[in-house]
Amino acid sequence: MAQMTMIQAITDALRTELKNDPNTLVFGEDVGVNGGVFRATEGLQKEFGEERVFDTPLAESGIGGLSIGLALQGFRPIPEIQFFGFVFEAMDSIAGQMSRMRYRSGGHYHMPITVRSPFGGGVHTPELHSDSLEGLMAQTPGLKVVVPSTPYDAKGLLLSAIRDNDPVIFLEHLKLYRAFREEVPEEEYTIPLGKADVKREGSDLSIITYGAMVHESLKAATELEKEGYSVEVVDLRTISPLDVETIIASVEKTGRAIVVQEAQKQAGVAANVVAEINERAILSLEAPVLRVTAPDTVYPFSQAESVWLPNYKDVMETAKKVLTF
Amino acid sequence: MASKTDARKALEIVEEQFPTLQILNEDGEIVNKAAMPALTDEQLQELMRRMVYTRILDQRSISLNRQGRLGFYAPTAGQEASQLASQFALEKEDFILPGYRDVPQLIWHGLPLYQAFLFSRGHFQGNQIPDGVNVLSPQIIIGAQYVQAAGVALGMKKNGKKSVAITYTGDGGTSQGDFYEGMNFAGAFKAPAIFVVQNNRFAISTPVAKQSAAKTLAQKAVAAGIPGIQVDGMDPLAVYAATHEARERAINGEGPSLIETLTYRYGPHTMSGDDPTRYRTAELDNEWEKKDPLVRFRKFLENKGLWSEAKENEVIEQAKEEIKEAIKKADAAPKQKVTDLISIMFEEMPYNLKEQYEIYQAKESK
Repeated sequence: MAQMTMIQAITDALRTELKNDPNTLVFGEDVGVNGGVFRATEGLQKEFGEERVFDTPLAESGIGGLSIGLALQGFRPIPEIQFFGFVFEAMDSIAGQMSRMRYRSGGHYHMPITVRSPFGGGVHTPELHSDSLEGLMAQTPGLKVVVPSTPYDAKGLLLSAIRDNDPVIFLEHLKLYRAFREEVPEEEYTIPLGKADVKREGSDLSIITYGAMVHESLKAATELEKEGYSVEVVDLRTISPLDVETIIASVEKTGRAIVVQEAQKQAGVAANVVAEINERAILSLEAPVLRVTAPDTVYPFSQAESVWLPNYKDVMETAKKVLTF
Repeated sequence: MASKTDARKALEIVEEQFPTLQILNEDGEIVNKAAMPALTDEQLQELMRRMVYTRILDQRSISLNRQGRLGFYAPTAGQEASQLASQFALEKEDFILPGYRDVPQLIWHGLPLYQAFLFSRGHFQGNQIPDGVNVLSPQIIIGAQYVQAAGVALGMKKNGKKSVAITYTGDGGTSQGDFYEGMNFAGAFKAPAIFVVQNNRFAISTPVAKQSAAKTLAQKAVAAGIPGIQVDGMDPLAVYAATHEARERAINGEGPSLIETLTYRYGPHTMSGDDPTRYRTAELDNEWEKKDPLVRFRKFLENKGLWSEAKENEVIEQAKEEIKEAIKKADAAPKQKVTDLISIMFEEMPYNLKEQYEIYQAKESK
């Protein structure tokens, strides 16, 4: 076992699959010699050559279209969108094209593509580098959307994503890239897509969350424990499809839930989780399910982001409302 | 204003470099012997046969649409040379990424006719391309196929195949970012792609002059650093020659090419309520109908003793018969179900679709 950051775990997963499957290709803007702007592809071009790991021209729609065409020729593309805020440039190629190819072709063609991209706030980027746009992806039929919160999960989920025969949007919170290290096996292992993980068990309240908010939620849970509350934290890991089984089992156990996301409030993943709970477990609830989210503005100018981004105090505040309802 | 920087000079030079390639003129005479492609008599006859067949298919499709027996349909008459002569230059292993008007190329590349009808009717089985037929179903978003063609072509190159990806759009499509991105990617990767622009003068109603300041659409290749050529798109020999050469270059590792075919659609944009008299004059229609690809190719072949009225009638009868059979086969397709569609979203159904499958199964079994 080695201690790895999330970015190292991601590189390790890419290396593993480049070795395992000669049809995998890693490409995008600056992923070659430069190893990606976050170094996710560090050393891969050197190890696997320019045929397998290569730079593309700077055009996100082109990268999406290239992935589709390569998949049609039997490859397993792993493109990188340099920052997920740039995905608007690739919306047709992702949401209008690759997500629909299996359906459109009546099952004849499929798109084993994993689109990797850093997203999320807290590191003072310029505009359109930090947005949480996973809701757009989760609303798109035909895509799976994965958001790891730890190095261990990142490796196992990325290997599953790459091996999946349908398109997966794999979103890497850029604040988590080097936030901490943990034990990550050097050998390969997979974590199934669509399975949530109970990151902390508890009996009074379920916090359902994903991405960087897992860590804010865990911190809130630790603080709440000091006040006598036993809080469970469910890390969704895959936001589409949701693991409703784990969500519902947790809510049925605790009877109270909040949903925490970094994205803006309106029409997001958290709203969907609340709806699933209402449809499946409303009679188990002792209190309304509340959300902790960012406000419904454009992602803020960076000087405001520390207040704009939800943090563990916001989580505690909302948790207490539900706990004392 | 006197120029100190000469910035216009390169543009003026470029604009002069895109004359229209014509081999067969409107009177059916060869006007450019040097460019004449090496086609056998049988091949020339086969190309004519396909053009006649496709004209009949277009006429029948329009009337079937009016009878409510076909759905979405984009008429093809006038564009037979652009569509069929470019496809005629391909091999079976080449891959076609069509726009929505490019159904004829798919049929001649191996898509069964009844499936084209099912596509028109909005039945997913129309898009279930048979194994070994290297095509995508028609693209609806303008230009998306251009970036995908770059990917298919790069994939062929990586697989060491001696084949090409060919994609089609119209004059309006050249305004899309994907048009340029596709050419630019394929150029940067020296990928074996052929980008065809069927410039039929109107993007629905918007004339080509309003799409771009560019004098020709072929010259847009220059910006991507790839060869480009403008051809008479009503001349099957010019379209064939340009496509054949582009294909040769591509499989020899010389990268992609752009071909602009000057053509015209005689009919409306689609059968869904478009009225061309709102944006085109009868004079312009007449002017282009005089350039008709079938008329000139027929004259050319008759002069060579390779075509006759009897032969033409034979093709027409065969087309009508096969269309009738294909409609019958399309009629026999099972009723489309929501459950069928739910089950083709993913390799394995996630929980939400599983639940919805049950719901729709109950609805549909009533």
